[in-house]
Amino acid sequence: MRRRAFLAAPLALLAPRAQAADDGFPPVVPGRAFEFPRDHGAHPAFRTEWWYVTGWLEGEGAPPRGFQVTFFRSRPRIAEANPSAFAPRQLLFAHAALADPRAGRLAHDQRAARAGFGLAEAQSEDADIRVEDWSLRRGPGGYAARIPARDFAFDLAFAPTQPVLLQGEGGYSRKGPLAAQASYYYSQPQLAVSGTVARGADGARVTGRAWLDHEWSSEVMAPEAVGWDWVGLNLADGGALMAFRMRGREGASFWAGGALRAADGGVRTFAPGEIRFEPLRHWRSPRTEVEYPVAMRVRAGDLAVEVEPLFDDQELDSRASTGTIYWEGAVRARADGRPAGAGYLELTGYWRPLKL
Amino acid sequence: MRRGAIALALFAGPLWESKGRFVLSLAAIALGVALGYAVQLVNQSAINEFTQAVQALSGSADLQVVGPRAGFDEREYPRLARLPEVAVASPVVEVDARLAGRRESLRVLGLDVFRAALVQPALVATDAADALDTLRPDAIFLSPAAAEWLRAGAGDELRFQSGLGEAAFRVAGILRGAPGRVAFADIAGVQAAFDRLGRLSRVELRVLPGADVAALRARLAAGLPAGVRVERPDAAVERGASLSRSYRVNLNVLALVALFTGGLLVFSTQALAIVRRRAHLALLRTLGVTRRALVAGLLGEALAVGALGAGLGLLVGYALAQAIVRVAGVDLGAGLFRGVEPALGFDGVGAGVFFVLGVAVALAGSLVPALEAGRAAPAAALKAGDEQRPFERLTPVWPGLAVIAAGAAGSALPPVAGLPVFGYVAIGLILIGAIMLMPRAAVAFFGLVRTPPAPALRLAVAQLRGAPGQSMLSLATIVAAVSLLVSMTIMVASFRASLGTWLDQVLPADLYFRTTGAGDSGFLRPADQAAIARVPGVRRVEFIRAQNLLLAGDRPPVTLLARAVDPADPARALPIVGRVIVPAAGAPPPVWVSEPVADVYGFVPGRVVELPLGGRAERFTVAGVWRDYARTQGTVVIERDRYVALTGDRDANDGAVWLAGGADAGAVRDALRSGVSGGEHLDIAAPGEIRARSLRAFDRTFAVTYALELAALVIGLTGLSASFGALVLARRREFGMLRHVGMTRRQIGAMLAAEGMLVGALGLAVGLAAGFVISLVLIHVVNRQSFHWTMELAVPWLPLAAFCATLLAAAALTALFSARAAMADAAARAVKDDW
Repeated sequence: MRRRAFLAAPLALLAPRAQAADDGFPPVVPGRAFEFPRDHGAHPAFRTEWWYVTGWLEGEGAPPRGFQVTFFRSRPRIAEANPSAFAPRQLLFAHAALADPRAGRLAHDQRAARAGFGLAEAQSEDADIRVEDWSLRRGPGGYAARIPARDFAFDLAFAPTQPVLLQGEGGYSRKGPLAAQASYYYSQPQLAVSGTVARGADGARVTGRAWLDHEWSSEVMAPEAVGWDWVGLNLADGGALMAFRMRGREGASFWAGGALRAADGGVRTFAPGEIRFEPLRHWRSPRTEVEYPVAMRVRAGDLAVEVEPLFDDQELDSRASTGTIYWEGAVRARADGRPAGAGYLELTGYWRPLKL
Repeated sequence: MRRGAIALALFAGPLWESKGRFVLSLAAIALGVALGYAVQLVNQSAINEFTQAVQALSGSADLQVVGPRAGFDEREYPRLARLPEVAVASPVVEVDARLAGRRESLRVLGLDVFRAALVQPALVATDAADALDTLRPDAIFLSPAAAEWLRAGAGDELRFQSGLGEAAFRVAGILRGAPGRVAFADIAGVQAAFDRLGRLSRVELRVLPGADVAALRARLAAGLPAGVRVERPDAAVERGASLSRSYRVNLNVLALVALFTGGLLVFSTQALAIVRRRAHLALLRTLGVTRRALVAGLLGEALAVGALGAGLGLLVGYALAQAIVRVAGVDLGAGLFRGVEPALGFDGVGAGVFFVLGVAVALAGSLVPALEAGRAAPAAALKAGDEQRPFERLTPVWPGLAVIAAGAAGSALPPVAGLPVFGYVAIGLILIGAIMLMPRAAVAFFGLVRTPPAPALRLAVAQLRGAPGQSMLSLATIVAAVSLLVSMTIMVASFRASLGTWLDQVLPADLYFRTTGAGDSGFLRPADQAAIARVPGVRRVEFIRAQNLLLAGDRPPVTLLARAVDPADPARALPIVGRVIVPAAGAPPPVWVSEPVADVYGFVPGRVVELPLGGRAERFTVAGVWRDYARTQGTVVIERDRYVALTGDRDANDGAVWLAGGADAGAVRDALRSGVSGGEHLDIAAPGEIRARSLRAFDRTFAVTYALELAALVIGLTGLSASFGALVLARRREFGMLRHVGMTRRQIGAMLAAEGMLVGALGLAVGLAAGFVISLVLIHVVNRQSFHWTMELAVPWLPLAAFCATLLAAAALTALFSARAAMADAAARAVKDDW
């Protein structure tokens, strides 16, 4: 799923408003053939698109830390006939966060720009996105992210160790009961991370495991949705698990989905009824009074994993910029009482229903 | 306590007796203080508001890259944004957009919200009902002041003129934090709507913390296209302040004139009061009041008058400032800070300065009379007939000529910081010198007057010849008043005559049209120009392109006019003053500059100068200087063909039409309006209308000087009345005597009227002479250095003659009425008095 809350409303500009079906955006349909590296690049005709990297970092003299780097593209479908080079045909956003248990809360920053002048661009040929001085680029060895943020700086490389994992039905991922409520979605789990993370003057070499999602769509989110839970785990045995559920008014799921790729490469895609999120522990934010189920038991078919946060306070209060509050953090996974992997959990719509 | 009360009664009592003059002195001081303080207050508020507006518009920017009105190539923006020292670069397109169908314009800023949010957060609508409106090309946000002015709210449509067409925007919301009358839209929308594609007006730069701003600035300045500047955002405040400086200084000089007049009135009032109380003051001295205490008491009176007047002046000044701001705006009607809405503050320092000035003037005015009263020997003063003594101190002084000479010499000095300081000093010195020369002039003049046969007139002449000192006070005030009035009249008349001649020179065509009546969003594309040329009845059209150039960072931009000029004979198109140069083949091509450009930038004929055109520094020969009363900041004229070749800009703003033989101006005018697409947006006028409108505007601007002339007249007559009042008091016994020897009341009246006329005539003669000289200083020094305009001297003989006759009659009547009270006394009592 990965419609991350940050992306739900960056500057509130990304909100896809309910529009007639024939709204000028290409539809998302089953059976599309994916073509790489072309499909690593941007699909500017679609309404929204994101490249989302989350993962765990290990470094000398530092405890394990979580990180998140997101680049987001939006086509607002305004001013498309405007001949100005400034015409906001494509908007680009980027967000990054560092989850350091020593800080006890997230450090994060963002960039936003209209595409143009080479200052902010999302190339169509391959993954190559830049928003001012932040960039995410795919090369022969994998991806490279350069994120000089206010409180930290990432200079990270992500090398694939496994092939691309197409989510849903061959990359066609449904988000709701209607066929149109869908996206094109693939993941790159088990990325090998190397590079530096600087906080202040000292840059430290790090390694780790990450997960990249690339997803694009023109879809209208189901009107009954108030939020969603999403989890993506790099399993210790080399497998990968993604699961999400859409929550309705009463907090109940009305749609869900997920996939498990076993260490041997066999992929199992789950039907909505096979995915369950069971809260194990809640944490109440002292700043916003919002309560999040930060520990969960996630059931996907006959698999059950328990996820527990790296630390509780991984809340993002971005009311000033994006108008919402959500929780997105690094989590450890256990299965049958034993460590089973690590990844990221996203919890949205616990503050207020996400307005889309 | 008791002594204080007695002193108060002794000093304040007489003051109260002459309350008319007391009130006038008070009023003059109050007027001076009020005028000065109001100007100071209004300007202070304007600067404050302007500073705040600039701060809001530039936000946290450390540097600003600014182009002329035509803007600069937008490709500079990514180059600036990528500089390692630059944290954020925020591009801005600014248009002074004319409201469709109105004669007003609104400042429209095109912004990139993503950049502006980081540099100028006050200009970004974070609470817009639909956030996409900050990006939609047709959505516009208004400042609260603009919304109020336009009576527009969310959902309303705003239409602007763009070229000869219209651009429509939908009001998407009100921006609470936006300063002044201003509107904001997306940069792409503004570029497209106002034909500014590819152009930027400025880029605001926020520099990374710790970066060397000065070094970056220097490096940037070297790499920018010609005509594009990099500066601190507050440079705009300096430019704004320099725009209004000449106006402010001249208004302050008027305030000083009012104060000076107040001082003169205090002087005449005090002198009269002291004459009147001579015996009374002498009595105080014999009763033990020391000389020092007496002088202190008299000065105390002046202090009271000064403090009262100044205090009143501050109050009136504050009220005046409020009225000015409400009616004329903070720029005193000069149109400089349009859209800035000031809140008047209390300016403590300014108030203090003008209060002290008011009090000082009153003290200075009473210093001479008070010292004189203190110097008088009590015994002599107690006797009657000693009244003439005070004025004898003021008898001939040769230094008068030296003072005038010093003034004349000073007027040749150059301006100080762009202000005609020495011009004003010269005027002051000429005035003072003329007054200092009056005693000698009086003796000579009255000696020359033939003794008339009629006894009353004979007595009048004899009186003036025998005691010329008595008329000194009247003479001084008349000379001061007349010379100020005459000089102002001559200057304004010269200006008006020169303006009339100039208008005839610059309006040779049959019809004129313009798109620049308000704002800078109107213009004529080549297709529009062709359509105009095709209108039936049009024989020839000449188009003018108006742009601007920033020639110095601390000065407002000058106008650049591209129009047809024949380099061999530029005088046919322009009112050239001085010599003309025809550049030799191979020399840089010609430009013709208006007088302010020649004065301020030293662009004298023959000089080769560089002008930023089309992003490059181009070399030109200054081929002549012309007179341009229409644009105060200066104008540079270039041949239009050359301008098009250098810039590729084929648009035009204004033009002139010559009609085909037999074509009717009215019909062609209608055809321009209806036959040209968008022709209804053209302002079209016949030369006669422009001429009349310009002269009307001139008269309106100078209406204040007519009021000042009236004030000068009243002051002169007040001085005359004060001094005649004193004379008549002193001569009460003489009148009684004359009645006894058989003169009728009527005859005594005739005698006094004659005296008044004679004094008036002398004062008038000297005042005319001094006024003429001062008018030369005003025309050739003050005006030239303040506004850099030359003009030809034109003496308005008829109005001046009428004025002379009026003043003579008024002088006679004033003398007569001042004497009335005295003549009402019974003749017997007057003679008995003190004998």
